[in-house]
Amino acid sequence: MKKFAVLSALILCSTCCAAVSAQQAPPVAPAASNNTEDARIKALEEQVRTLAEQLALLRGELKELRDAKSPQSASTDRIVLASSRIEPGMLPSAPAYSASLPASPEPSPNPAPTQFAQTQTYGGATSNAKLLNPDMSLIGDFIGTAGRNTISPSRSLELHESEVGMQAIIDPYARADAFISFGEEGVNVEEGYVTFTALPAGLLLKVGKMRAEFGKVNTIHNHALPFIDRPLVTNNLVGGEDGIDDAGISLSRFLPAPKNWFFQGTAQVYRGDSSDVFTANRRQDVSVVGHLRLYRDLGESTNIDLGGSYARGHNSAAAGTTLNSSLFLTNLYGADATLRWKPLRRAIYHSFLFRNEFFWSARDQLSPVNIFETQHAFGLYSDAEYRVNRRWTLGGRFDRSGRANNAKLTDTGFSGILTYWPSEFSQIRGQYRYGHLWDITNSRFTDANEFLFQFLFVMGAHGAHPF
Amino acid sequence: MRHDKLHTRFAALFAALTLICALCTPPASAAGKLQIMTATTDLAALAKEIGGDKVEVESVARGYQDPHFVEAKPSFLLKLRHADLLIVVGLELEIGWLPPLITQSTNPKIQVGAPGYFDASRYARILEIPTGVVTRAEGDVHPLGNPHYWLDPENGLRIAKGIQNKLSEMHPDDAAYFAQRYDDFEKRIKQADEKWMTEMKPYAGRKIVTYHRSWPNFAEYFHLEVVGYVEPRPGIPPSPQHTVELIRLMKQENVKVIAVEPYFDLKTPNAIARETGAKVVVLMPSVGGEKEITEYFKLFDYDIAKLKQAFDETK
Repeated sequence: MKKFAVLSALILCSTCCAAVSAQQAPPVAPAASNNTEDARIKALEEQVRTLAEQLALLRGELKELRDAKSPQSASTDRIVLASSRIEPGMLPSAPAYSASLPASPEPSPNPAPTQFAQTQTYGGATSNAKLLNPDMSLIGDFIGTAGRNTISPSRSLELHESEVGMQAIIDPYARADAFISFGEEGVNVEEGYVTFTALPAGLLLKVGKMRAEFGKVNTIHNHALPFIDRPLVTNNLVGGEDGIDDAGISLSRFLPAPKNWFFQGTAQVYRGDSSDVFTANRRQDVSVVGHLRLYRDLGESTNIDLGGSYARGHNSAAAGTTLNSSLFLTNLYGADATLRWKPLRRAIYHSFLFRNEFFWSARDQLSPVNIFETQHAFGLYSDAEYRVNRRWTLGGRFDRSGRANNAKLTDTGFSGILTYWPSEFSQIRGQYRYGHLWDITNSRFTDANEFLFQFLFVMGAHGAHPF
Repeated sequence: MRHDKLHTRFAALFAALTLICALCTPPASAAGKLQIMTATTDLAALAKEIGGDKVEVESVARGYQDPHFVEAKPSFLLKLRHADLLIVVGLELEIGWLPPLITQSTNPKIQVGAPGYFDASRYARILEIPTGVVTRAEGDVHPLGNPHYWLDPENGLRIAKGIQNKLSEMHPDDAAYFAQRYDDFEKRIKQADEKWMTEMKPYAGRKIVTYHRSWPNFAEYFHLEVVGYVEPRPGIPPSPQHTVELIRLMKQENVKVIAVEPYFDLKTPNAIARETGAKVVVLMPSVGGEKEITEYFKLFDYDIAKLKQAFDETK
């Protein structure tokens, strides 16, 4: 628009100047010779011609600008199959249901270079400026709980989390993702990292704060989980809801594998502060995470996904003592196996997933009588979900896990889950949860019976979830 | 303490193994041939038309699969990592699955904006670009326009031209070969188009109902009128209230054909057909939807034959 205004001003200016100079031309003296008059007329004619040429030039430039803005007028070179020309009277009237969606104009067969890259405006020219904004989304996660649980009671009703996601391509070499969650207790950068996609040797580098590649459930955001809560083993051994989520550097690469096998290795270094799993008392107390993933299609509908994980870092067992905190380490081992089935022709109606994850924790700590010891705890969960139709999914989960600081105390539980999708962008879920949990204060096992329900809603760009 | 040493060794061993594996170079791609990956089979078919035996083409999605809901399986990464060119439908059709595949492919050539990233929608004529306020109250709308644009032979030709230019740019030595393949494709599509138009001419102006909003380009090209959809809104499953309304509309407008994509359930369309005396016809939106649809031309051959049959049976 600016350019258009400048051009119009220029045209106006030159026209005015021409008019003024014509007016200012001194009246021809009756005594002047015909020759002088001719010369003047010629000069004037020349001036008019020059102005006309300039006008034509400006018009041309204007047209070019307009053409670049909308592909509408670039139809001089269009491809039309001879027989397909719509004959008058044969044109179908506008469909009743798509009346609000006007057809687009003819595009140019050779699209404009990228600087004019068919922006396909959909809200006026001003919205072009927004095209460089990151893809934004907000996912609201409302959870309600009823029933009895004296060990880890949760609130009756809460907006558990509102996760704002921002994703964008940074430059030709990198993209960035940020997920900021607003919870009832405050704000937390759940993840915020840059991924370098153009590295040599097939390396993929991620730098920032991220959920560690430790097993499956640790990498999944709350709203993408197939259950409302997290498995018992996550809470007991792998840092609870936030899990291993820390600032660090991640490097991954495809590894050589037999044909049709996908094999990937990931090595990560973190600061060493992750919930209650790892604590960095000194700068050198970094934690490391390693993950190997093996995947294979068993057919076009079925596939198997296997993983092995290892994590190591310092823990907080020495806190409040005079002992050297660098001696207290936590080593975590994980194994996961997932079987998926999703028939391609009916992918939106039926699918089945069966997932098992096993965790072993070796935590250095002081025993109740202040002797150095390593607690070896084990935990697992087993999850199955079946999509019954386009809107309903049935699921179940079995939990069993020792506690990181007392492996003998084993909590057990199971859940039944029913999920309903009004659309792709909202989800309603109910979960019955039973727990046979150790009550520290009363030193005995106690039963928990709860009903949880959840409403999820998605605003904005629906980014893809990792597979 | 003993455990500590053991763990340190384990960590060192893991690091060493990762390093060794990282240093192994991936196998080189088949000599000389351009490796092309496409999002859908239609784009693969067009790329094959132009590339001939100078290229190797494979599609991520299958022809009988809903292109909105493809899973980002790691097995696709094995193919994407060696691709020289990635051809996508664009207009946010693949937004739910392609971005993580591109990022994780570790292939700089096919990243968005790189020379090996080819968005076919930039070459096609796009319909149904919403104007004004766009909200999800209208369902899963595509703010950039309807992405099912390949179901228009002219768009097929336009995309083929774009692919020809891209391939010639990537392999200038074979530019003449690609140009000759394009000319041949253009000639054949013009011939086929004559045939299709003659076949469809008697049915010009006929009203149909479709399941999803997949057919605006096809309908416009062959002069059909889509008066309604089985889905109340794009991406929203049929509701009883909408179905009743649709039945009323079909009776009022005398609509006798319901076109359904192969990946949708036939229960609701069949129920509507019973009420209205219409015929349900499963049309293929993509190459490979049925075994015999092996190329771009056969896609139109198949759909036109099915439509003709349905129109004739419901005269």
